[in-house]
Amino acid sequence: MNLESVRIALGGIRANKLRSTLTMLGILIGVGAVIVLVAVGSGSAAASRQRLEALGSNTLTVTAGGFGLGNRGGTQSRRIVIDDDDVASLGDPALAPSIAKVVPLVNGQSVTASYNGASATPQQVQGTTPALFDVRNLRLAGGAAFTDADVDARSKVAVIGLTVAKNLLGETADVSQLLGQTVRFANSNLTVIGILKARGSNGVQDQDNVAFVPITTMRDLVSGNSKRVDQVVIQATGRAATATAQLEATAVLQGNHPGSRSNSFLVLNQASLLETQDANNQTFTVLLGAVAAISLLVGGIGVMNIMLVTVTERTREIGIRKAIGARRSDILGQFLTEAVLLTMLGGLLGVGAGLLGSRFTIVGVSPVVEPFSVFLAFGVAVVVGLFFGIYPANRAAQLRPIDALRYE
Amino acid sequence: MPPVVSTRPVIVVRDVTKVYGMGDVEVRALDGVSLVIERGDHVAIMGASGSGKSTLMNILGALDAPTTGRYVLDGEDVGTLGDAALADIRNRRIGFVFQSFNLIPRTTALANVELPLAYAGMKRARRRERARTALAAVGLADRLDHLPNELSGGQQQRVAIARAIVTNPSMILADEPTGALDSRSTAEVLTIFDRLNVQGRTIIVITHEEEVARHAKRVVRLRDGRIVSDERQAPVEGRPPLLMEVPA
Repeated sequence: MNLESVRIALGGIRANKLRSTLTMLGILIGVGAVIVLVAVGSGSAAASRQRLEALGSNTLTVTAGGFGLGNRGGTQSRRIVIDDDDVASLGDPALAPSIAKVVPLVNGQSVTASYNGASATPQQVQGTTPALFDVRNLRLAGGAAFTDADVDARSKVAVIGLTVAKNLLGETADVSQLLGQTVRFANSNLTVIGILKARGSNGVQDQDNVAFVPITTMRDLVSGNSKRVDQVVIQATGRAATATAQLEATAVLQGNHPGSRSNSFLVLNQASLLETQDANNQTFTVLLGAVAAISLLVGGIGVMNIMLVTVTERTREIGIRKAIGARRSDILGQFLTEAVLLTMLGGLLGVGAGLLGSRFTIVGVSPVVEPFSVFLAFGVAVVVGLFFGIYPANRAAQLRPIDALRYE
Repeated sequence: MPPVVSTRPVIVVRDVTKVYGMGDVEVRALDGVSLVIERGDHVAIMGASGSGKSTLMNILGALDAPTTGRYVLDGEDVGTLGDAALADIRNRRIGFVFQSFNLIPRTTALANVELPLAYAGMKRARRRERARTALAAVGLADRLDHLPNELSGGQQQRVAIARAIVTNPSMILADEPTGALDSRSTAEVLTIFDRLNVQGRTIIVITHEEEVARHAKRVVRLRDGRIVSDERQAPVEGRPPLLMEVPA
């Protein structure tokens, strides 16, 4: 492809602006769609990954419950109550060597926080141990987390999320001024000792609309002095150990609660959820990409169609060119260049449109542009031009000059 | 400028036949034509429609191959050449002028004239210069950037002539060059041919108009695919008949 044929091809494209524009539009849409849809796919994958990773990737969650359909009629489900003894057993390395940390959680139901006349009801107010901050990867924007000493002393302290702080102080206020202040949670006055770093929404709920207090304080606050635990978060010794840890946790709980059934409690493995989710997202991305690729293919057929029309329409011109000395390769080059230029220009515009489109939030997903998809889409567009240009260009090149000249 | 007289003729056609179709519908467009054309000659090939003159023109122009017989152009046997070599022959040795002008649409006069040089692989600046010169030679120095549809028929044909001479070909092959022109433009175009001939260019005009033939030094008449007469109106070395009395 030399400069001369580029010049001639550009002339050809310019000569039929509307037609060229429409043809390019086909490629533009194809390339743009590939980029945007792949970006949406990977954006949603990233979002759900983030959601799950926020829970901790090598963690298990144990919830007591009668899951399934066993709660009917006279036969009560074998619902068990998980308590501090279970937490202790789970944390025993002799019983469960793959479990590194065990964090009990006690939920407060609809605990309202109020400060200076303002009130807020966090989505979650949970009593727990300091290990939670590590296991859940919770960071502090200001202040400090409570300690084991606070747990032992039943300290009246709380660590609150950013949304809670803002709900109490107002959207624009400096939340750090809440540190050291007393906020009323239900019927107790708790001192705010830490404010969590913003974590944003996980797509289902605002992860900043939470408050954590020492587990002992929580029991004082709402649930009396029982040993009951609503949830246990377990951290395995490593990501690879989560499956073993899951088995160990199940075994320990069944040992502590003879007669419990498989649905008496649930040990949820975040890692396996993550993997499933990843696989789903991959399928999703591939599907979206495939749909977009089809539109690119359709665009390519459009190019071929237009090139065939162009060749027919310019048969006489081809004859003239041949009469004054154009070789087959010149004619082939001219029309092939025209086709490739069409798809290249369309592709470039499509990349622009794709990048632009990916800046918007689409169906609740912030697209993440994958560089490979940009290059791939553009490359495929050029190849599409070559592929669908070859037949029409070759047809032009093979025309006999005398037939082409006679063509009316 | 005295014409370059070479001992080698530009065109040697030996016993050429061209047959279209097969069997019962076989048509002999050319039936044993032999013709030698000297360098610097101005030849009119005449004949009614169906006489085979267009077929002869296509063969002389290397646009079509004869069924049998030999065609030697400038010492090169055209019959043995492949597609690319034929394209080069058309590009360098032949300058075409067609009845319907055949300029590339939506392309300026200058770009049209440049095109054969572009196919010959000449650099842009140089071919631009030569195209300008060629257009000036046909009196269109002020119409370089006009598109074909902005030019009159006569002007378009002059652009076509400029395109034909720009490569400095061995011969100019004109197929009914005045067929689509009014009488004034016809006179202009024929005078240009005469002048080009004076400059030593070999000119072959295919026509059915006697007026066009009067400009030629030699008139070859075809009928039913055969040469029926071949008369010389003026010597090869010298001026075309209608320019003889006009000072150069």
